Formats: sequence, structure tokens, C-alpha cells
Amino acid sequence: MRLVRSFGPAALAAGLALGCGGAFAASAEKGKTAYTQHGCWQCHGMQAQGGLTGPKLAPDPIPIEAFTAFVRTTNRAMPPYSEAILPNDDLADIHAYLQTIPKPADYKSIPLLNQ
Amino acid sequence: MARKHPRPEVSRRKFLAGAAVAGATTALAPPAAKAAATTDASISAPRRPSALPPTMQVAVAETETPKELPRIGGVPGSDFMVDVIKTLDIKYLPSNPASSFRAIHESLINYGGNKMPEFLTCAHEESAVAMAHGYFKVAGKPLMTLCHGTVGLQHAAMAVYNAWCDRVPVIIVGGNDLDAAHRPPGVPTIHSAQDINALVRDFTKWDDTPVSLQHFAQSFVRAYKIAMTPPYGPVAISLDAGLQQEPIRNNGEKLSIPRYVPTSPPQGDTGAVKEAARLLANAQNPVIVADRAARSENGVRLLVELAELLQAQVIDQGGRMNFPNTHYLRRPPTAVGNADVILGLELTDFWATVNAYIDNGEHGIGINTSRIKPETKLISINASELLTKANYQDFQRFQSVDVSMPADAEATLPALIEAVKAAIPADRKAAIEKRGDAARKAYAEQRERTKQAAALAWDASPISTARMSMEIWAQIKDLDWSLVSVSGVGFNWPNRLWPMEKHYHWLGASGGYGVGYGAPASVGAALANRDLGRFSVNIQSDGDLMYAPGVLWTAARHKIPQLAVMFNNRGYHQEVMHVQRLSNFRNRVANLGNDMGPIGTSIENPDIEYHKLAESMGWWAKGPIKDPAQLGPALKEAVAVVKSGQPALLNVWTQPR
Repeated sequence: MRLVRSFGPAALAAGLALGCGGAFAASAEKGKTAYTQHGCWQCHGMQAQGGLTGPKLAPDPIPIEAFTAFVRTTNRAMPPYSEAILPNDDLADIHAYLQTIPKPADYKSIPLLNQ
Repeated sequence: MARKHPRPEVSRRKFLAGAAVAGATTALAPPAAKAAATTDASISAPRRPSALPPTMQVAVAETETPKELPRIGGVPGSDFMVDVIKTLDIKYLPSNPASSFRAIHESLINYGGNKMPEFLTCAHEESAVAMAHGYFKVAGKPLMTLCHGTVGLQHAAMAVYNAWCDRVPVIIVGGNDLDAAHRPPGVPTIHSAQDINALVRDFTKWDDTPVSLQHFAQSFVRAYKIAMTPPYGPVAISLDAGLQQEPIRNNGEKLSIPRYVPTSPPQGDTGAVKEAARLLANAQNPVIVADRAARSENGVRLLVELAELLQAQVIDQGGRMNFPNTHYLRRPPTAVGNADVILGLELTDFWATVNAYIDNGEHGIGINTSRIKPETKLISINASELLTKANYQDFQRFQSVDVSMPADAEATLPALIEAVKAAIPADRKAAIEKRGDAARKAYAEQRERTKQAAALAWDASPISTARMSMEIWAQIKDLDWSLVSVSGVGFNWPNRLWPMEKHYHWLGASGGYGVGYGAPASVGAALANRDLGRFSVNIQSDGDLMYAPGVLWTAARHKIPQLAVMFNNRGYHQEVMHVQRLSNFRNRVANLGNDMGPIGTSIENPDIEYHKLAESMGWWAKGPIKDPAQLGPALKEAVAVVKSGQPALLNVWTQPR
């Protein structure tokens, strides 16, 4: 999700439409399930911590509009997910889940990272 | 072949060969040849075929005790072969036993005393070759292996390709029964080929089929010499079963063993070195990229000297441990973007160093983009240019460069360093020093970011790969350690967080990226480390181990200690995303079946109990460990076991990457 620089107008429109989505209330609980079902964990880790194959998504996920635009239109290493395979509701739930992931401890407080 | 000429004879070809060898080599006196001269071992009648099994007995022939053979008099030819092998100080011979090389096998363990080389029993030919591969990257000396005919060499082929791509010498001797009129029918004939080396010719440096004992002596020493001349690589000798089995003939020919003299590695042309030095010395932002540049501690030292002289940033692509990750000039791959001169040292893929390929274009076609400025000058020193074959595509895409030296990088660095010293203008020295200040700042910031990234998901279960890496580090940091394998491409935390400064701290990957290299290569590397008193740690991926887990038994059988920590992410995660990617491109939801990943990419249901697998083969083992709090104490126990001389395995459930 680090490459959110070059969205086209269509992508931004898609993101804004989802972000202003009426009465739908995103569910972090459903989002955790959707995060697994749609395979996000495969590259970004089960706690969205990131890894060699994908950047961290949480804590502090990028705004839903940019998040949606990237997922729908990326031409970077991650393949794009159309609405047909990742519905808007699921995407919003995933984003809600990412928002619930707490910040990690400061590495200076972890002895193993200060050997 | 030897069976065709049972009586002593002096052919013109043999006479000339014998005379030439006698004149051109130091006439080492092989004990077997001496014995042959005094025992008059010539056989007066053709030897009968050793077995005539009818069709129904074909399968039995390989599994039951063979019929008693007529006694073979004289000194076995394979004893002389052992004399030849012993002149080259080959310490070990990992191999899976087989009938096509039974004669030399018998000579090695009885006549040769099973020393130099010592036979190591392997459960698969691929394991044997990969063990030799891993051994070389620590010891700097090659091993030989014996392969059984068509089937053994085909089993070995993937590991041979890895050695080829990774520029590692391995001496492969393949048993083969050439004499179609006299070899045993049935299975032994199925296992024979007219030109067995053809199986691996596309990815070996050289091969031969010796037809006499003197020919063998020349072939073996030549094979060793070729394998050990940069660019290193595997070599193959087809060894006729008849030639091994029959006695040395007293036909007037004096057997001798050519003396091995190492070949000097090729150095860069003087003019090209000067031009490279001129470009580097006058660059505003030179960047050095190294892949398989340093093959020794001296190679690491030379690269540090060159980098500090230029205050040039260094990208280590990790084919070997080229440059300490504790050095402030070490930078990530993106550093090429600001370079005006790039020096590539033994790069596997110069094109992909300076270009990006993104697998996400229209209709599944990738996107190619440059990662460097158009005016950037490129310099290449790469011995692989001296050895390019046509069929297998390990030479990668073509990349034009401004200065191209088909030469060994480590051997060329001393001359390049001197040329750079001479080429740096006096008025540029202050600017060069200033570059170092900026690099120190960037390096310190990068370290901070890396450690904070490692803290993410620190307490997660399954265990994060960063946590696992640092738990291991806590237990080995005070030892003389060697990371003998990180199989797969799952994560790189050790490279980012463990201080790697010595050439044996990191050994690089397989070369050909054939899955199944990690486990056997780690055992081979651990064997070399054992003899040097070092502690070996292997971060072992699950999919890799399942290719040929029998190598665990080989490690236990031959008391090769190593700490293996399973990177058990329960899937072929390199492939997961390929299927997901294609599903997305085709606008279809990936079918997971009952697994976590797309069907065909998971290693679960049932979960594999790697600790039980290892335990069954003689390892100390524990698991599965899913709670990060349990990992440290388990590692402490395992390290104590390894220090006692035994291999130990921990089955750790990890995050996918």
C-alpha cells in the first residue's frame, strides 16, 4: 500500500464512492475474517505487520479512499482486486479491522531487539 | 569398455598416451599400479558376464544378494582410481550406494580405508550433490559424489543445476555399464546409457568418459582443475563399470597420476580496470552491487577497502556474504536510483539490478521500468561471461554495460583498488569523505526503521519471523556461528538484524532456485563447520524439507550437528500469490478448498509433524511451537544438544512471511 501516488480519476471516484457509502457500517470483526478469506495475510501477515512480500498495512492504515483506490487499480506488485472478487462491504470491513490493530511497543522496550 | 579387451595389448593410442603422460607429468607412483606390476595380474581369458538373470529375476537382481562371482585376480583397476582421487585431498564423498559403481565403492572403503574421501551414506542423489554444494561454500574445497547410472544422475540433476547456477564446483562420477554385449541384462541395462553425461551436459562445465585407467587419471585431475577454476562449476565423469571392476593390466603401460596445479583465476584486462577506476574515481555517487563477489574472508576485506576508498554505497544481493551488514556503507537495492556509476560484481542478473519487472501488466504481461538514471555508467566484472551455454537461460536478459570485464571479481579487486587510488583527483578527496558522512546518517536511520518494523506483531501466534529470528540470535550470538541455510524466499530478518561480518555468516541461496536445496545444503555446510569448530544454524522451510527429508538421517548417522529451526508456514507461499494473481487478472475468486491458500498451495490438513519426522531419524526435536514465549527456552535446550555434537530441530509455526 506504499505506492499510492498515481491514481487515475476513476480510481479516486471508486474510493470516494465507497468512503461515502450511506448507511453501511463497517465491521472490524467481519473484516478480520475477510482479511483471511481474501488472502491479504499471505503477503501482509496475519496481523498486517508486513514482510518481505508486502508492506505493513497496520497500525495506522491509510485512509479508506486511498486504500480502496489502490486495491482496485494497483499496477504494482500486488494484483488489483475488482469488486466482483472483493465486494465493497468486505473491503470496508477489512479497513475497519486494520484500524483496530494496536501500535506495537517501541522496539527500545523489547530486550531482544536491543542485544 | 575394458571387457572388450581382456588380453594385454599395446595399442598405438594407448602407447602415445602413456608416453605423453610419462613425459609431461610428475610421475607419482600409485601404490595400486606398483602392486599390479609385481603380481602379474593379467587375466588370460575373457571374464564371463557377472549375471544372467532371466526376466522374472530382473527385479530381484537389485534386491537380493548377487550370485557368487568368479574370483577376480590381480589388482583392481578401481584401486588405482582411489589412488588418483586421494591425490586431491577430497575429504568426503556423499552418495547413495549402487551397483554401477560397486567396484570403486569397494576400493574406497577397503583399499582406501574409507578416508580421504570418507563415504557418507545419503538417501537421495539430489541430497548428495546439494551436500557437496553447501560444503564448498564453507570449506572452499569441492567434494565428489558417485551417482548410479541413468536413474541416479537424473535424481541428482536438479542439485547439479543449482550448483551450476550458483557457480559451485562438485565432482560427479556416474557409474555406467557401457558394454552392451556383456553387461548384465535387465535392470543394469535399463540403468545404462550410451552417453550418460548428456543428461547434465547443458549445466556442467566439462565431462568425460574415460576408457582406460590412465585416461581416468587424466580425466579426474582435469575435472578437478576445471571445476576449481573460476567461474567454478560442476563437472561429470562417466565411469564404466567394466573399467572399475577389472584388474590393472600389465601391458607395458606405466600408470601415472598427473600433478594438480591450481589455475590462477582470470583477472580483468589492465586497460578496462583503468577505465573502470577513472569512472568510479570521478563519480558523484558511485554504487557497488555485489552478488557472488566474495568467496573468502579476503574477498570481503577487499570489497570493504574499495567501498571505503570511494565512500561508495554497497548493495549486497546476497549470492555470498560480500559486505558486512554492520558497515555504514551498506544500502538497500533502491540505492541504484541515485547512482551515476554502478559497479556490478559477479551479478546473476545485471538487467534486473538496474530495471524493474512488475508482474501486473495488461493481460498478464509484465511491466518493465528502468530503476536508474539514463546517463548512469555501468561497469561489470563477471567471470560467468567466460562460461555461457545456450540451452538453459540462467544468463538472464541482456544488459548493455559501458565497461565489461569477463573476469573473476575477487581476483580483480586488488588491481582495481590500486587503479582507483591512482585515479582519484586530489581535489575530490574532501567531497568523497563528505559522502561518507551522509551514508553514516542514512545507515543509522535505516537501522532504526528496521528494528521498529521487527517489533510489529512481536507477540503474534503463529510466531512472527522477526521474533523467531531474534530469539535464535539471542541463543547463538556468543558462538562462532554460521547461518547454513535460509531456504525459500520467505523473509530476510537475519540479514537485517544479525550482525554479519564473516564470509561464513551467510552462504547465499541455491542458485537455480530449485526447491529442496536448503536441507541437504545445510547438512553439507554444517559438516564443513563441524570440522572447523563452528556452530551451524539452519532456518529450514517446510516445503523445502519435504523434497528429500532423508538427509536428516544422514546428518544423524554421520554426527553432523546443526540447529534446524523450522520456518513452518504451512504453505508454498511463493506460489500462493501466483495463483491469487491469476485469479484476480481473470476476475475470479480464488478457490481455497478447505485450506488457507488457493488449492494446491497449502501444506496442511494434515499438518506435518516435523519434530516427529526428525526424531524418527535420530535427531533431538521438539514442537510444534506456536507461542512465542515458549520459543526461547526451547532454543536454549536445542543449542545445548547441538553443542554436544548432535543435530536438533524445533518445529516452529510461523507467520507466512
